[in-house]
Amino acid sequence: MLELILQYLNLILFLLLLLVGYGFGRLAEKRHYRSIIEREKAMLSLPAISSRLPPVRKPFHVQTLVSGNVVISVDYFKRFLAGLRNFFGGRVTSYETLLDRARREALLRMKAQAQQLNAEMVFNIKYETASISKGRKNAIGSIEVLAYGTALIQADRLAPAA
Amino acid sequence: MVISNMEIMPGRRIKEHLGLVQGSTVRAKHAGRDIMAGLKNIFGGELKGYTELLSDSREEAIERMREQAATIGANAVLNVRFSTSSVAQGAAEIYVYGTAVVLE
Repeated sequence: MLELILQYLNLILFLLLLLVGYGFGRLAEKRHYRSIIEREKAMLSLPAISSRLPPVRKPFHVQTLVSGNVVISVDYFKRFLAGLRNFFGGRVTSYETLLDRARREALLRMKAQAQQLNAEMVFNIKYETASISKGRKNAIGSIEVLAYGTALIQADRLAPAA
Repeated sequence: MVISNMEIMPGRRIKEHLGLVQGSTVRAKHAGRDIMAGLKNIFGGELKGYTELLSDSREEAIERMREQAATIGANAVLNVRFSTSSVAQGAAEIYVYGTAVVLE
């Protein structure tokens, strides 16, 4: 009898976690995407490219390394969905959005740092992704993305922080 | 000391190559942050503690690389790359490496 209740409790807890994860996760993702899009629009004036050299050679410029990183976690509901996907195969949309958000956020933070230094543009951008909770039972869950590049700053506009 | 992830420095000639320099640090987070992270694993969202931790350790790794480059007489580190690996549960290694050079 007691065992039955305990089993029942487990199930209730599981459903509750799913529901909480679904609700809060959705809200967090929506809010995050809205802020990403907003900031991306604001940062449009600062181009960031991945070519190895600046497109035009500019004299009297200073180059410096800028970077931005973010650690972000997927919610319980999405992890459950991904688990199902693991069984059936196919696109794991819940992790796709996680990675997309993380990459865009990292780039935005890098751009914010570049903007603080009065940079004109950022080039030679590289991404680096790492899964944080490796070795745990439910493998991925939180990931870290680092974006880094070289900021080009006009020598006479160099911010004192640089 | 110039630290850059470019292979060359436009407008400045590389006088001398001094080889690879590197810096690394292994960090673990404390239990309080771990609990918060556990919660975030349910709700989803950014783990601010970890973000800070990793960016701090990256800075320290760069600092170590800079020291190493300074001791061998370089004035710039070019082609810098970052790498992260989790060595054990709850601990991450941050590794930075680059080419130490003398710029004109």
